[in-house]
Amino acid sequence: MLTLTNLDISYGRIRAVRRVSMHVDAGEIVALIGANGAGKTTLLSAISGLLRPEAGQVVFDGRDVTRFAPDKIVRLGLSHVPERRLVFKPLSVADNLLLGSYTRHGKTPRSVLDQDLDSVYAMFPVLRERARQPAGTLSGGEQQMLAIGRALMAGPKMLLLDEPGMGLAPTVCRDIFKRVLQLREERGLTVLLVEQNAKSALAVADRGYVLETGRVILQGQSAELLANRDVQRAYLGRDKSREE
Amino acid sequence: MIWEPKYETMERDQLRQLQLERLQSTLTRVARNVPYYRKAFAEAGIDPDDFRSISDLARIPFTTKAVLRDAYPYGFFAVPLREVVRLHASSGTTGKATVVGYTAGDMKKWASLVARVLVAGGVTREDVVQIAFHFGLFTGGFGFQQGAEALGAALVPASSGNTRRQIAIMQDFKTSVLVCTPGYALHLARVMEEMGVNANALNLRHGLFGAESWSEAARAQIEDRLKLTATDNYGVSEVMGPGVAGECLERNGLHISEDHFLVEVVDPATGEPVAEGEEGELVITTLSKEAFPLIRFRTGDRTRLLPGACPCGRTLARMARVSGRVDDMLILRGVNVFPGQIESILLEIEGTTPQWRVVLESEGGLDRATVELEVDENFVFDRMADQQRFLDTVKKRLTSGLGVGFEVRMTEHGSLNQEEGGKSRRVLDRRGA
Repeated sequence: MLTLTNLDISYGRIRAVRRVSMHVDAGEIVALIGANGAGKTTLLSAISGLLRPEAGQVVFDGRDVTRFAPDKIVRLGLSHVPERRLVFKPLSVADNLLLGSYTRHGKTPRSVLDQDLDSVYAMFPVLRERARQPAGTLSGGEQQMLAIGRALMAGPKMLLLDEPGMGLAPTVCRDIFKRVLQLREERGLTVLLVEQNAKSALAVADRGYVLETGRVILQGQSAELLANRDVQRAYLGRDKSREE
Repeated sequence: MIWEPKYETMERDQLRQLQLERLQSTLTRVARNVPYYRKAFAEAGIDPDDFRSISDLARIPFTTKAVLRDAYPYGFFAVPLREVVRLHASSGTTGKATVVGYTAGDMKKWASLVARVLVAGGVTREDVVQIAFHFGLFTGGFGFQQGAEALGAALVPASSGNTRRQIAIMQDFKTSVLVCTPGYALHLARVMEEMGVNANALNLRHGLFGAESWSEAARAQIEDRLKLTATDNYGVSEVMGPGVAGECLERNGLHISEDHFLVEVVDPATGEPVAEGEEGELVITTLSKEAFPLIRFRTGDRTRLLPGACPCGRTLARMARVSGRVDDMLILRGVNVFPGQIESILLEIEGTTPQWRVVLESEGGLDRATVELEVDENFVFDRMADQQRFLDTVKKRLTSGLGVGFEVRMTEHGSLNQEEGGKSRRVLDRRGA
């Protein structure tokens, strides 16, 4: 579904991502883990067209989208749920969701959009309850649901999720990750998930990549990574041999 | 059946992508964690960040057995020893072994790679698998044990030797799969015939044979005499052990687990890649190993890659059975022995001279190795018993030092250095005769 080959991304003269190659198969949930500043968000921004990579290739659904504008990439079926949700706070929940379908306006019958809105409300009933409230009045967890719902309104095949658990209480965080699994089961969505919280991410992901100073240093099935002592030490905050 | 269809039947372009991803992160890790590679890359002016395609690999220097030996015991480990859960060792060229470590993650992958080979050879979880490989530092026994357990078959760690007991186990435990060297399979057949055991009355269905080279004629004999389907499999102890490649029931070459091992075939003299499909030395780069990754390791084994798709459905490339060695390494009953190792053991013993050779013969399919040596003229045995004790000492030292049994015989002075050019020939291989 998504293949990255040898991506280099720089901010000015600072290279944030170095020759990263990754892939996500259709229907897979893949986690990208790494410390703060490892280049995770940079990588997602380059995939969704918000940043232009210096070198390398992004192929989505069989098409080279490396130089595509962000809206074109959304139209092809790749939606990005940004870090810190970035909902439009003064706007109502319903308007936020409607804006999510922006790229489909005039091309998709209103009835289809209404159906999609209904299915988002079915998945996140709390959003229907608060449809008229300004998004800024929602709790962190609710704003995250809104951000995901807004991305779903573009009718994507694949979601890029950037730190969906950031700043949320553990139980809320678990609920959000459960929703990620639900998205795949019910909609067959493919997901690339970026997380600092490696444990929660690997608990829902099939596979993972570990990014360190802009490079992939490890990759594998989630269970393999969870068992890897480097990952445990660096990203799970534990070192078994020192736990006595 | 196919054990990991996702990988074993992967589209070639997907496999290429997976190999590239794994190669890039392996290079990043070895450049950070293995001093030898950090230095070698720096000397060759190679930045691991520059690797953008698999063909870039050709710029990296080879890793040889000699380099591994110099790093004895742990110099090539890419993780701290506390993360290693298993150590095996393989013989080196002059006595010193190469120590190979495995993390818990490596062990899991190893098990499933061996399970692939077992399944390709027709083994299922219903089978009783008798492993007649030695269980020890040698990777054969433990390697297959893990694979059989991952598959869920019933494992019988019979280990090597004691042939009559092996046959009794086969009869009583209703062994359906035999795992050993092809030479030992022929030996088993012969002993069974001597004992009057009818192979048709056994439960054997499949045999997986490896660790030494064999021929199609040997395969036909084994299949006929033991009443089983015989497949070849290939491993390299420095690289992992068994599980690198194995034949499926089509028996037309060994499928290489290319998602974990990147293979090249090079001209042993120049190191340049041979033309497609031509024979040369197999070079392996590990793509997923954590504790002991190797970049462009020269196996010393001669083979070629086979063209065309396999009817079994696996898309993994196939290699021809190994046709021999590019160096002077001998394979005796599955154990690797270099003439240099024999010499260094002999020279430690008082009374020996540099005049010696080893004669290899085949006895009912089993290798027999006899070391013939000249004794120092000044070293006089007063009694026959002393001479016998001397020979026993040599025999014991060779056997314990090399992990395989030798016969020892004294020869007349001057009988061994008559070769042309004065260079004595160390090995007389009569096994093919």
